[in-house]
Formats: sequence, structure tokens, C-alpha cells
Amino acid sequence: MFEEGAIINELFIERLNYLIYVVLLLIGLHAMISKNNLMKKLIGMSIFQTAIILFYVSVGVKEGASIPIYLPEHDPHGSHVSLGAGNETEEASHGPVVLEAGLIKKYANPLPHVLMLTAIVVGVATLGLALALCQRIYQGYGTIEEDEILAKIEREEMRAHPSVAVKSMESSKPATSKVKKPATKSKESSTLSAKRAKSNPKTKAKTAPSTSQLKSSRSKSASSQPKTSASKSSSAKAKPATSKPKTKAKPQAKPKAKTTARPKSASTAKKTAPSKAKPRTPKK
Amino acid sequence: MKKISLIPVLLVGALLVYAAQDFPEWGSPNSPASQSPVSSHFIANTGVDTEVPNMVTAVLADYRGFDTMFETVVVFIAGMAVLAILKNSSKKKAGSKEFEVDVEPDLIVTNTVRLLIPVIQIFAFYVLAHGHVSPGGGFQGGVVMGASFILIALSWDLDTALARFPADRCTLVAGLGIVLYAGIGLLSMFLGGEFLDYAELAQIFPVSREMARYHAMLGVEIGVGLTVTAIMFSLYANLSTEGRLKGGL
Repeated sequence: MFEEGAIINELFIERLNYLIYVVLLLIGLHAMISKNNLMKKLIGMSIFQTAIILFYVSVGVKEGASIPIYLPEHDPHGSHVSLGAGNETEEASHGPVVLEAGLIKKYANPLPHVLMLTAIVVGVATLGLALALCQRIYQGYGTIEEDEILAKIEREEMRAHPSVAVKSMESSKPATSKVKKPATKSKESSTLSAKRAKSNPKTKAKTAPSTSQLKSSRSKSASSQPKTSASKSSSAKAKPATSKPKTKAKPQAKPKAKTTARPKSASTAKKTAPSKAKPRTPKK
Repeated sequence: MKKISLIPVLLVGALLVYAAQDFPEWGSPNSPASQSPVSSHFIANTGVDTEVPNMVTAVLADYRGFDTMFETVVVFIAGMAVLAILKNSSKKKAGSKEFEVDVEPDLIVTNTVRLLIPVIQIFAFYVLAHGHVSPGGGFQGGVVMGASFILIALSWDLDTALARFPADRCTLVAGLGIVLYAGIGLLSMFLGGEFLDYAELAQIFPVSREMARYHAMLGVEIGVGLTVTAIMFSLYANLSTEGRLKGGL
């Protein structure tokens, strides 16, 4: 089992340091990916960092080598430690010499130590920065659980949404990217219907389906919140289009009444919902 | 969610373990890292180039001086960013003091620390100044020094520590460290060399070119130590009080 060349031997005996670094790295990675708590994510990041440091330092190990500080016999200032040997001090007194290849093997590789020395201190500084950000997030949202923060951000965006969305459709894009499915769907349908209504405003037959389509699409995703921005703006476009052709009173009146009534009620419902929910969560 | 996240984690792990089979053995003197001409050059020539026995310090402050300078700048910027993020951020919560423990400093603790602090600080200076010939240097000495101030804050309270090292002075000292570092680099540039080419300092100091590098490294390390000391303490002071800089732990 432990003979030369076997994979167990390779991994567990000769390269145990790499195995440990991989395990540590995975622990850190898993914590960063799966944990919701930002503080736990930071702990994962620190473990990850430790794994990298271990990797570098273990690469710098050289068997039979000393620490990367010159021994007294190679000391550039002479061998002030070993005062006893006379010929040695004489040899050292003519100044420092370049070490030969054989002596290079006697000293560990200084480069990984240098890199990790600075990495540790910078790691502490950046960890402090991350902790400060966490504190700020806690002050702002009352929680450092990632999913709760995201929910709060979403709700706040909903509240700020109606005022932003009336100005232009494009401004609603960043908000829609978060809740992809209903938003893109409603946008497509609304632009489609608006186009259709614009292109042939005189035909009776075609405007009626477009308004009904608009209605149906709205009723489909009435529960989804970002929809209102699209529906409101689309209603603003669709209204003059539908009012132009002289259709029966029924289909014309319906969209008017609905487009004015719906978004308002939806927005007011949303306004009340977060304000109700908001004070509840910080108490936790 | 947790089970899904295991999949990429395990994939990465399998990849890394697979790659680890090709890595050099533990402690092998023939590993690429040990065989590389760069580290061989550092080991062979540090004594000739700089007369510094500690190769790590020589590589840190001289051969890789540019890197270290900007590492110090990163530490400085991180400290300033913490200040910027937390300053005046907790005005709303100024009244919520019920979580803070307000007790008298413990007699045994404070008296022990009173004896300990001078030793720690002298040790910090030793680590900083002796970094050329023994393990140590600016980063290590700076952290030890910063820890001594944090110890004051922990055993008494933050106000006592801030009376000895005010927050404004933290910023000043941190900036001074970087100015010292960059100043030595600029001075050697104005003397005809390149930025951070300390050997040129031999023109104005009565030492050989090698010893000029030796002593300039000490100056650079002092700069690093100042910055790290100030930022470590400033980080603690800001983080423990959410930027209010009073009360706290």
C-alpha cells in the first residue's frame, strides 16, 4: 500500500502538505460559498488565506537547510560569533563572498517567506476593512445574514420603484435584472403591445386584442412586483393609442380604468407592505 | 443551497489533489522553487550586495522594495478606508449603550499590563531594529507595537489608549511611515540612481555602497513599522467602537 509510486504514498506521505492545504482551502471555499452570515464568510476567507500561506511556506521548505539567515561563517560582517577559530576570522575579514552552489542548498528559500510576510499583514488590514464594511452593513440593515439583506434591498427598491419607473423604461432595467422572469416577460409584452397600438391606431380589430393582451399580461403577473413599472409606462403609451380609434365604449373604458387604478393600488399596497415589514426585522 | 455548493467545492478539491501529484515532494532541494535562479541569486549574493545577514529582510526591503512599499500603501489605504466607512456612521445608535459593559478596570490585570507594556514595546523596537541579523523587521515590529496599544485599550479602556495614541496621530504616523519609505526611495533617485536604489545614498553618508543599502533598509523598515503600528491600533479602535472612538470594549 505504501510502496514507491502508489498514489496513497504519493499523496499521504510525500505530499501531505499539499493535501492539508487543499483541505483547508476547500473548507474556506465552502464557507465562502454556502454560508449566509457575512461574518462566517469572512472566517472562510481567512481560512482560505491560511491555506495559501501554508502552500507557499511548504513550497519553501528545503530538507537539511537552515533558516535564510547567514550562519556565522558566511556572515558578511565576519564571524563575530565564533571567536575561537583564528583562521576563520581571517578568512571572513576579507569581506563577504558569493556563496557557491553547494552552500546555497544549506539555506532555505527566502522568497516564499518574503511573499507571505507581506501577505499576512496585508491580509490583516483587508480583514479589518471587511469587518468595517460588515459593521456598516449591520448599521444600515440590522442584519448580516446575506439573504435577509438581499430581501431588504429588494423591498427598498420596490418602494423607490414607481417614481423611477415613470420616467423611462430603461431606468427600470437594473431593478428588473434582479427578478428576471416576470420583469422581462412583462416588458416584452408591453413594448409589443405599445408598438402595435402605435403602428395601426385606426384599425378596430387590432387594438382591441392588444389592449386585452396587455390586460391579460398584467393580470398574469399582477403579483410580481417589478411589473408595475413596465405596466405603468406601457399604460401611459397605450392610452393615447387606444383612445384615438373610435371603438366601442367598453374596451376603451376598461383599460383606462384599469391602467389608472391598478398601478396605484399596487404601489400603495407595496408601500404599506415594506413599512410594515421593516420595523419587524431590526428587532431580531 | 449547501448541497449545491458542495459540488463546485469538491470539483475544485479533486482538481487540486490531482494537480498535487505533480508538485515537488515535501522538502525536496530539487523543487523548482528552490532551484530557481532568482532565489539562488538571493541566497548567494545578499551578503555581497547588501551585507545584510537576514536574506528575508534584504529581499523584502531592497530587492523587492517596490512591492513592499505598495504593500505598506495597501495597509495605509485599508486603515483610511475603515476610517471613512465608520466615521460618523453610528449617530443613530449613540443612545444604545445597554450592550456595553461599563466596569472598572481590573486591578490585577491593569497592574500586570503596566509591567508588561514597556517590555512589549522594547521588544517591538528590538524586532524592528534587529531585523537585519535575526528574524524580524518592520511589519513584525509594527504589529507588536500596535498590539501593545491594543493591550492598553483592552485592560483599561479605549479612552486610556487613545490618550496615549490619539486617532489623529494614528493617521499622521501612518502617513509619516509611507513618506519616510518613499522619501528614502526618492532621495536615492535624486542622487542619480533609480527609485529605491539605496546604494546611491553612499554619496551623502560616510559608508560604503553596501552599507548604505544596509542602513537605508533600516530606515525603510522603520517607515513600515510606523505605518503598521498606527494602522493596527486605528483598526482596533475603529472596529471595536463602530467608529465612535469612545466607550467600546
